[in-house]
Order: sequence, then structure tokens, then C-alpha cells
Amino acid sequence: MQKNKMLQIAGLFVVIILALLVSFTPLFKSNEFLNKHLPLVKNINLGLDLRGGVHVVIEAKGPPEEITPDKMKQLRAVIERRVDQFGVSEPVIQQQGSRRLIVELAGIKNPEEAVRNIVKVANLEFKTEDSKTVLTGADLKDAREAKDPASNKVKVDLTFTPLGARKFAEVTAANVGKTIGIYLDGRLLTNPVVKEAIPSGRAEISGGYESLEEAHNEAILLRSGALPVKVGIEEMRTVGPSLGADSLDKSQQAGLMGLIAILIFMLMYYRLPGTVAVFALIIYAIIVTLVFLGLKATMTLPGIAAFLLSLGMAVDTNIIIFERFKEELRTGKSLRAAIDAGFKRGFAAVFDAQVTTLIAAIILYFFGTGPVRGFALTLGIGILVSLFTAVTMTRWLLHLVVDSGLFKNLKYYGT
Amino acid sequence: MHFIKLRKIWYLISLVIIIPGLISLFTNGLNLGIDFTGGNILEVRFEHPVAVEKVRRVIAGLGIETSRGIQKSGQENGKVTYLIRTKTLSQEESANLQKALGKLSQMTVLRNEYVGPIIGRELTRNALLALIGAAILMVIYITIRFEFKQGIAAVIALLHDVLVVAGIFSLFQIEIDSTFVAAILTIVGYSINDTIVIFDRIRENLKTRRKDEDLEDTINFSLWQTLTRSINTVLTVIFVLVALYFFGGSTIHTFVLALLTGVISGAYSSICNASPIWFDLKRLELKEKLA
Repeated sequence: MQKNKMLQIAGLFVVIILALLVSFTPLFKSNEFLNKHLPLVKNINLGLDLRGGVHVVIEAKGPPEEITPDKMKQLRAVIERRVDQFGVSEPVIQQQGSRRLIVELAGIKNPEEAVRNIVKVANLEFKTEDSKTVLTGADLKDAREAKDPASNKVKVDLTFTPLGARKFAEVTAANVGKTIGIYLDGRLLTNPVVKEAIPSGRAEISGGYESLEEAHNEAILLRSGALPVKVGIEEMRTVGPSLGADSLDKSQQAGLMGLIAILIFMLMYYRLPGTVAVFALIIYAIIVTLVFLGLKATMTLPGIAAFLLSLGMAVDTNIIIFERFKEELRTGKSLRAAIDAGFKRGFAAVFDAQVTTLIAAIILYFFGTGPVRGFALTLGIGILVSLFTAVTMTRWLLHLVVDSGLFKNLKYYGT
Repeated sequence: MHFIKLRKIWYLISLVIIIPGLISLFTNGLNLGIDFTGGNILEVRFEHPVAVEKVRRVIAGLGIETSRGIQKSGQENGKVTYLIRTKTLSQEESANLQKALGKLSQMTVLRNEYVGPIIGRELTRNALLALIGAAILMVIYITIRFEFKQGIAAVIALLHDVLVVAGIFSLFQIEIDSTFVAAILTIVGYSINDTIVIFDRIRENLKTRRKDEDLEDTINFSLWQTLTRSINTVLTVIFVLVALYFFGGSTIHTFVLALLTGVISGAYSSICNASPIWFDLKRLELKEKLA
């Protein structure tokens, strides 16, 4: 029986150490395949504050009756198309409230310019000499930047939809010898003279571009379509990649320090149960990591702080139970009986305390935005997992240790 | 030491800390960052030393007004970082500013934040709503699991913590941002956690107390029983927070500082305010019944 328990302890010990290595340590660099997926913690999504990027809140402008849910859907679709063109991995585009969109782009070279391009209305118009709009951006099928091989000038090639092509042919036929201006948001881009009717459904905007990149950006705007409403930037936060990396580095370091301090304290003050708690906390950290991966949640700087705080609460849960356990031991109960009584009594306190904190986390999640939300989510996950590990793991581990008969002297339990 | 008999002293200590803060809150208010007021923050790092005056001249040369001056936020191996706070800048102004600063030395933009005035107002409103919502739900929960008067006592203790933190931030005029709101709400969660553990012990001891035992003795006894836990817990949290404060990077300083003061205040108020206030509420109830 005892031997059996000791084997269990040894087995468990090995499993926990392995899980710890797999989850957190950078030991797999040598193997290409393993290095791709391990340690697990590497696979957690990092927020913009930790890897650099831009967070923008865009608001549709205009009287309330004009900002319909339908318009917002169109707006979102156009912005999604534009963002896709920037080749950003996993952009976040969310509607918030009735007239706002949150756009988050990570790892982008020139975030401010990207944002400038995203919020342009990009209303394309073809106007005849008497200022009549004959075609719009809606008639476009495609727009691509190109270099004229002859003159080496940068231009944007336009392709019309079949309907647009027919219209364009008619308009050019009617305006031979006159100019047709191409305007973007009221700004004249080019004003060529029509030499003959153009039935091909093609046109080009030439001249006025300083670089291929500029033409490229404008082509993106043109082919993604015009925004259905005017928009303004309400909030824009750009975090440079160096600051992000720095924050990640520093908070990891700080976390490690805090963790070590807690572990030393637990070991010194609570001795054997403290050791058990340390293992329970390691399991706790692994489970939280897995939950984060499972939910595909994003870790932010406030999230890391929340994780550390929830770690503090997991420790607290253990402390409450151990204090109770010690009290029960002092009344002359056997070790086994004291563990059970300690858990039973301690749990009532832990449960009520954690639920009230959970209420705060939930409220925070629903009222908060951005960073505050990340904080609340992590805190909430942390509380639930800590309730689970304290009640199942710590208790089971303590029983295992007591049953093994290795530690009979009450001194080990810090009484 | 009898916690309940000494309660006037605890109240006095709390008042001594809260009142100056409260006065400061009413006269100076809080030092609100751009998250609340709207505005622009640009943080840049120059790869070679650049004097403040030079930066100031560049900004003035563009006709941009700084709102709180230019702050040197770090210095390391000849690299300097500056925080430049201004009114809300248009995209063009922002681009020009960065271009002009880039001419002083090789420069990296660490962060550039723009917050419109509407967002700030909403943040404040949402924060207050969240705080009130959380308080109401907590009172309801405590009323179900304990009793209404304990809920009230717990919320008064929370108010204590919020006032202590806000007061200290007002007194020292430490600039607050949106994470301050998160910090306050965490403090609320923490402090209530502390209080509940003590109330739980009182609840348990009330079931087994002798008929002739005074309520104040039961409460005092319960406080002593939970004292080791209260202190140990706050210590472990302080370990983490101190580590975060010194090693965690500048972006979360305010957040950690708020948590640190709040957690300490929370531990104090749970022991020295919540239960004594509940005792006073109970005494009033008894007096009414007798009268």
C-alpha cells in the first residue's frame, strides 16, 4: 500500500516536471519539429502591447438615421478588404456599439500610414467637362499599379465591370476631343483628353505618382471600394515592436521573480504542505496556459499582471486551507482527518471569496474595452482554475503524501 | 489586542489617511492622462543623446503646443527616451513631428497614442458604472450567503480602499490612465475577498458560540484566527507586485502602484474596518429593538 503510494508520488513528480518542461522551457531549440510547437507557452497569441502594432477605433460620422446596421456591415467589409491587402496576419476587426469599429493590426511596418489609408473614403468619380459624374468606383472591377515601360512613369490601371465598360464606351464616344476628369474624394487625379471611344473597358490614371508604393496604396483603395460613410479616428495607439518586446521581456522577468519569492515563502512557512502547494501551483500555471491556448485568448500586458495576481489568489486558497488544516491538527485530529476537515471548512471561505472576486472580473469584462478586458478575462480564468486546482490537486496530493507514510512527524507540517 | 474594542482607533487611522486625500480630490482632482481627457502621447527613443532643449525647439518650431511639457522617460547606454504630450494632433501634424524629430538623431517611435475626447468621457462613465454594478452585485451575493448588514459593511470597506488609492494619487498628482480603472476594480475584488474570508469565520464561530459570549468577542476571536492567513496572503501578493514594479517596465508602473496601495489598504480595511463596522451596525439594530 505504502509502496504503491510512493510510486504514485514518484510518477506524478515525473509527469509534472515533464509538463513543466513542455509548457515553459526553451529546451527544444535543437529539434526543428519540436521547436516549432514547443514550449506551449510560445503559441499563446500576444496582444499588440507585447509585439507591437496599432489599435484604432474608427467611428462612422453622420446623423444617427444614416448610420444603419447595414451601412456598418458594408463599412466593415470594405475595411476588411483593405486590411487584407496589407498582408497583416490575423487582423482584428470588431464592431463596438452602433457606429464604431475596432481595428487591430500587428507587426506592420508603417502603421500610421496604413491607418491613414484605411480611413480614406476613396470615392472615385469620372466627371465630364460639364461636371457630370458619369462613372464611379462602383463600376470598377479591378485596379492595379504598374510602370509604363516606355515612359517609366508609375500609373494605376483600371478595369471596369461589364456594365461599367459599356458605360465607359458610351461616355468616351460622346466626349471625343473633350476631357474626362478622374477624381478621388474630390481631388483631381488626372484629366486626360479623350482621343477616341474606348470599348475595351480599361482606363489608366497616370502621372502624379511619386513612387510605385504610392500607386500601390491607391490601387488598394480603388479596388476595395469606397467607404459607405465618412469615418473619423477616435483613438489610435501605436506600439513600436521594440517597446513590445521590451515589455514582454520585462514582465516575464518580473513574473519569474515574484513567482520565486512566493515559492520560497510557501516552502519556508508551510514546509511539507507548502511543497505540495508549490506543485499544485505549477499544475495551476500549466492549466491556465492550456485554457489560454484552447480559448485562443490573447495575452496582453494587463493580462500578464492579472495572471500573476490570480496566482496570488491560488496561493491564498492554499494558505486558507493550510491554516485551517494546522488548526485542526492542533485540536488533536489525525493527519488524514485534519486534511479532510481543513478542506471542508476552508472551502466555504474560499468559495465565497472567489465568487465575489469573480463578480468583479465579470463586470470588468462587460464594461471594459481593450486592455481592461484582457485583464478581466485572465483574472476570471485564473479564479476558476485556482478553485479547481486547490480543491482537487492540493487535496489529492496531500492525501497521497500522508498515506505514503513518509512524513509522520508533525514538524513537517509546520505546526 | 482586542480588534473590536480598539475600533475607534482604526477608524481614526483610516480617516487620517482618507481626509487629506479627499480634500485633494475636491481641490486638485486627479491628474487625468490622455485616456480620459483626449490628446496625444508620443514616446520616442533617440539612439544618441539629444538634449531636452533641442527636442523642445523642434516641437515649438512646428507650432505644436505641449500639454505637460516634455519628459525624459529613460536613459540607457547613451540612448534617451522622451515622452511628448500634446493636444490631439492631426495625422499630418503627427507625421511632421516624427519627421522633424528624426532629424535630431536616429530615432525609434516606441509608441504613439491618440485618444479623441469622446472616448475619454465614455471611459470615465463606464468605469463608474462598472464600480456601481460590481458593488450592487456583491451586496446581493453577500446578502444571500451572509446577511445584508455584512454586505453594507463590506462595501463601506471597499469605498475606503477606493478613496485611499484615489486620494493618494490625487495628493501626489500621479498621472492616471485606463489601467487605473482596472486597478481600482481589482482592488475591489481583492479587498472583498479578504473581507469574506473573515466573515466566513465569524459565521462559523457564531454557530458554536456560548450563549453568554459577547458578539464583539466572537468577532475579535475570528479576526485573530484568520490573521495569519490575512497577513500571509497580502505578503504573497506584495511579493509579486513589488517584482512587477521594479522589473516590469515603465508601461505598467501606474497600474502596479495603484494595486500596491490598494492591496495594502484592502488588507487593513478588511481587518480593521469591515468587521468593526458590521459590529456597529449590529449594535444599532439591537438598540432599535430595545427602544
